[in-house]
Amino acid sequence: MNLNNKAKKTKYKMSPIAKKEERIAWLFIAAPIIGFLLFMAYPIVYAFIASLTKWTGTRSMLDTFCGFDNYVRLFSDAKFWKTLRTTTIYLIGIPIGMILGIVLAMGMNRKIPGVRVLRTMYYVPVISSLVAVSILWAWVYNYDYGLLNMIIKFLTGKHGPNWLGDETLIKVSMIIFMVWRGLGNSIILYLAGLQNIPRSYYEAALVDGANGWQKFRNITLPLLSPVTFYILITSLIGGFQVFVEVQVMTLNGGIGYSAATIVYYMYQKAFEGFQLGYASSIAVILAIIIFIITIVNFTFQDKWVKTMD
Amino acid sequence: MAKDSSKGVSSRKSRFIDRIVFVLLALGAIIMIFPLIYMVMTSFMTKNQILSGKLNIIPNPWVLGKYSEVMQKGSFVSGIINTLKVEVPVLLIGGFTSSLAAFAFAKMKFRARNGIFLVLLATIMIPFAVIMIPQYVLFTKLRWTDTLLPLIVPACFGNVSMIFFLRQNLTSIPNDLMDAAKMDGCGFFRTFIQIFLPLMKGAIGTQLTLWFMAIWNDYLAPTIFLRSESNWTLQVVIRSFNTYYAIQSDYALIMAASAIAMLPTLIIFFAFQRVIIESIAISGIK
Repeated sequence: MNLNNKAKKTKYKMSPIAKKEERIAWLFIAAPIIGFLLFMAYPIVYAFIASLTKWTGTRSMLDTFCGFDNYVRLFSDAKFWKTLRTTTIYLIGIPIGMILGIVLAMGMNRKIPGVRVLRTMYYVPVISSLVAVSILWAWVYNYDYGLLNMIIKFLTGKHGPNWLGDETLIKVSMIIFMVWRGLGNSIILYLAGLQNIPRSYYEAALVDGANGWQKFRNITLPLLSPVTFYILITSLIGGFQVFVEVQVMTLNGGIGYSAATIVYYMYQKAFEGFQLGYASSIAVILAIIIFIITIVNFTFQDKWVKTMD
Repeated sequence: MAKDSSKGVSSRKSRFIDRIVFVLLALGAIIMIFPLIYMVMTSFMTKNQILSGKLNIIPNPWVLGKYSEVMQKGSFVSGIINTLKVEVPVLLIGGFTSSLAAFAFAKMKFRARNGIFLVLLATIMIPFAVIMIPQYVLFTKLRWTDTLLPLIVPACFGNVSMIFFLRQNLTSIPNDLMDAAKMDGCGFFRTFIQIFLPLMKGAIGTQLTLWFMAIWNDYLAPTIFLRSESNWTLQVVIRSFNTYYAIQSDYALIMAASAIAMLPTLIIFFAFQRVIIESIAISGIK
């Protein structure tokens, strides 16, 4: 260990060839680093400073400095809390998608014909344009002529509900849509995870006389936990950024702003109301929420995420 | 003997279960793609049939005209052209910078290599929503708003997830190759171009395919940075079609436009589905 360190140090200090290699390596990675500094790091700092101003884009930004006023205002902004709540409610789709994903992936992991075709069919919504499928689902949910209500009418003889016209139902509709769109992704990931589990584990369990549920509970589920963790963290980060669906499927966030998410609210404040300072404070809160979620996820990771060895 | 017969029963039982599982999976798959089939079907229907208030799935009569009507709309064609104007430079330049950086991260030695890589990797988690306002301000100052530059230039600096995947791919290539190249006095850039680029061909292709689809389907950034209709990318155009023609109840036109907009990514997906799905699956197992 010690020797190794020493060797490393001397290598860097001594060899001019190594120095040259280092310089060239820096040149090779320069583009993504500059890109990161210009279009990521700088905007993040800028967003924080802008969040302390009442800037609307006209005067100089720092002349409108107002301290933490925006955050105080945000705290009593009913619309902000409403959109934050809606964003959180949409997250219900994540466990639903996971459960369906595991079940379907386990089905596909059996020796059945046409698994690849099936897998592809489930995956098609994932690679489809979000705008296009949002347009499609708005049409499916259409009260008077949409597919869903036509099916309901065909089966029951009664007219179906107004899917996108009711404060509660609109959220259910959005969640169904999101599960539909994301399901293929969790199936692919879980299927890869299942195929990664060595057969010998199940054979050993068979010798021990474990039944199907016990095998699922004690082998499958724990060994899929890294995949579950990956899906959880990416879906949570994605879940807090829902925007396109709301903008395409609803008019101005839906009835009573009931479908609007936090990013949708930020977008409206920034690019329709031009309250750039206020919108920036929402951006900062969003960044903090996502940061906390990520930290919490990684902190509790070793409590439930098992690795193969 | 007894063992064999019990095995026979259990395999017959499991074959029976397989059949049920297959039927259920197939049923689910049909439900999954049914909305998309309905989209295509609607695009061939007459307005009367669409607004009949009855369950209609098969067009009667079939009307083919909506597709040519969509293609004759100037904004639709310019939307495709604008999207391609973003795709080509980003995939060429951004693909190159990403591959070069991945090569450096995987095969070259320099201080803080892993630290820098982790910082870059962490940026995947930064939501675009958080930086979109400052980016908008920045691009306004540069007078880039309402041009395609905000969609092209930042992406040319490289794509972190592409760097990540290519780096993973490169770790499977033995380091001896690198040492041999060094021995021969082959410069690093030449080593990259002549030895490693050909070795990475497949992985680069997969990543560029995924990136192509991401750019094609991107909506939030274009809707923020592009004001005038002539600069819109395809996704912004079909969204405006939806707003505009829904008032006229011209759902056949909206569905035709959306279907065409989805077609390129679908074709690419079906052509490369094996590598695409593999690369997605790897991301979960790491």
